[in-house]
Amino acid sequence: MELWLPIASALSFLAGIAVTAWGIWMGRPRPGRLNFAAMLAGFLFLTGWLILRGEAEGSCPINSLYDVLIFQSWSLVLIYLLVGTSYRLSLLGAFTAPLALGLLAAAWIAPIPRDAVPRNVVNPWIEAHAALSLLAYGSFGLACIAGAMYLVQERQLKSHRFSPLSHSLPPITHLATANKRLLLLGLVLLSISFAAGILSQTHVNNLKFWGSAAIWIAYALLIGIHRFRPLPSGRVAAASVVVFVVTLLTLPAIQHLSTKP
Amino acid sequence: MQEKDLPGVLESARAIDGLAGAVVLSTCNRVEFYAASLCPVRAFEGLKALFRERAGTDVPLYMHDSPRSVRHLFRVASGLDSMVLGETEILGQVKLAYSLASECGATSRHLNKLFQHAFRVAKHVRTETQITRGATSVGSVAVELAGKIFGNLADCRVMILGAGETSERTARSLVSRGVRAVIVSNRTFERAAQLAGEIGGMAIHFDNWQNTFPDVDILICSTSAPHFVLTPDKLEPMMRARGGRPLFVIDLAVPRDADPAINEIEGVFLYDIDSLETIVSKAIDVRRGELERCERMIASHVGTFVGWLRTHHQMRP
Repeated sequence: MELWLPIASALSFLAGIAVTAWGIWMGRPRPGRLNFAAMLAGFLFLTGWLILRGEAEGSCPINSLYDVLIFQSWSLVLIYLLVGTSYRLSLLGAFTAPLALGLLAAAWIAPIPRDAVPRNVVNPWIEAHAALSLLAYGSFGLACIAGAMYLVQERQLKSHRFSPLSHSLPPITHLATANKRLLLLGLVLLSISFAAGILSQTHVNNLKFWGSAAIWIAYALLIGIHRFRPLPSGRVAAASVVVFVVTLLTLPAIQHLSTKP
Repeated sequence: MQEKDLPGVLESARAIDGLAGAVVLSTCNRVEFYAASLCPVRAFEGLKALFRERAGTDVPLYMHDSPRSVRHLFRVASGLDSMVLGETEILGQVKLAYSLASECGATSRHLNKLFQHAFRVAKHVRTETQITRGATSVGSVAVELAGKIFGNLADCRVMILGAGETSERTARSLVSRGVRAVIVSNRTFERAAQLAGEIGGMAIHFDNWQNTFPDVDILICSTSAPHFVLTPDKLEPMMRARGGRPLFVIDLAVPRDADPAINEIEGVFLYDIDSLETIVSKAIDVRRGELERCERMIASHVGTFVGWLRTHHQMRP
C-alpha cells in the first residue's frame, strides 16, 4: 500500500511533464488544466503516503532522509498549489513537476534506508520545527523555479531569440514579484521554524545549527539588501536559484546531522 | 456596404425567387453574400439584379457553389483569406454578419448550421495550429514585447523621443492596449504638442526629457540625431534611480538613437527597427508554415459539413 502511492505520484508528475512536452512539440506550450490535474493528483497520492507513514512512525514523517525527500517534494507541490494559484495554469506547474519528480527519484535511487523509523518520544516543537523548515524549503524551491523562469525569459528578451516556451511564460515583472514574495514567505516560515526549534530546548549539533543558520542568513541578507537598496530583479532571481541549489545539496548533510547529538 | 444598409439589403434578398436565406459579410476589403438556394444560378441572377439596382451599374461578382463556398467561409472565418494571414478580427466580423442576418430573420436552417460550423472550425484552427502566433506589424510586436516585460500595460508610462510617423503608430498601438500615460518630446515643441494632443499625452521640451525619464517604462526613440542619444554612460545612473524596474527601449531611428551596448545593462531591453522587423518576418513565416495544416483541417471539416448537407435535402449554400 505504502509503495504504490509515491509511484503513482511520480507517474502523475511524469504525466504533467509529458503533457507540457507534447504541447511544446505541437507548438502549444501552455500546459493548462491537464498539467494542473496531474500536479493535484500527484499531491494527493503523496499526502496519502505521508498520512500512512506518519501513522507507522507515530510522528510527522520526517525521520529519515527518505522521508525528508518525499516530504520536500510534497511541500514544494503544496506551495505551488497554494501560492502559485495565479500562475498555476501557466508554466510554473510545468517547471515544478520535474523538480518534484527529481526529489522522489532521489529518494528511491539514493542508497539510503527506506524503512519507517518509529519515534518513542514526540516533542511537538521539534515536529513543528522540522515540518515548517521543509515547508519553507518548498517556498524557496518555488522561488527558485520562478527565478529560473525569470532568467529564461530575460535571456530570450535580451537575445531577441524566442522559443515556443516564451509565449507561455508569464511577464518578467510578474515572475520577479512571485520570486520575491515566495522568498519572503520562505523566510517567514523558516524563522518560525527556528523559533519552534529554540522552544523545543533540544540540544543541536553545532554543524547542523550553523548550517541551518547560514541558509537563513543567506535568504535574510538577500531579502534585506533588496528591501533597503533594490537590486535588479535578475540578480535576485539568480541568487534565489543559487542559494536554493546549495540548500538542496546540503539537505542530506543537515538531515544526517539531525540524528547526531 | 455599410452596416446600416445591411437590413435593407437582406430584406430585398429575401424577395429573390429561389433564395432561402442570406448573410452579408461586409468589411473594409470584402463584401460577401452567403445564400442558401435550391437553384443557385437563378438566385445568383437575382442577386446580380439586386446589386445592379443598388449600385446603379453592373458590379463585378464571383460565385462559389458548395462545397467551394463552404470551404471559402471556413477559410475566411479562420483568417486564411485575410490580407494579414491568421488575423482574428475577421471572426468577429463574420459573427456580427451572421448575428445581424439572424436578427433580420434572413437565415435558414442550412445557413445556421453552416455558420455555427464555421465558428467551430475557426476555433479549432486557432487552437490546434500556430496560425495566429506572433505579431505581424512593428506596432503589434512592440505591444507583445511590452506585454512579456510588464504584463498589464495600464500602469506603464511611455515616452516618445522624436515624433516620427513610425513612433506615432507604435505609440498608438500601445495606447490601444491600455497604456494611459504618454509623454512626447521633440526638438520642435509644436510637433510634440500636436502629437500629444492627438494621442491624449503630454508634451515636454526636448531639453527636459532626461528629468522625466526615471518614471518611464517604455521609451520609443526616433530622433534625427546623427549620434547616439542613449549611451550606457547616460543610462546607467538613470537605471539605478529606477529601483530595479525594467526599461523597454524601442529604437526606430535611422541612424540609431541607442547605443547597442545599453542592452547589456541589467533591466534594459533594447529593440531597434531591424530586430522588430525580423520578429515580424519570423512570425509571418511561422504562419505561412502552418497554412498547409490549416488547409487540411478545413478540408476535413468541409467533408463533414457536405456529408451533413447531402443527408439533409439538396439546398446548397
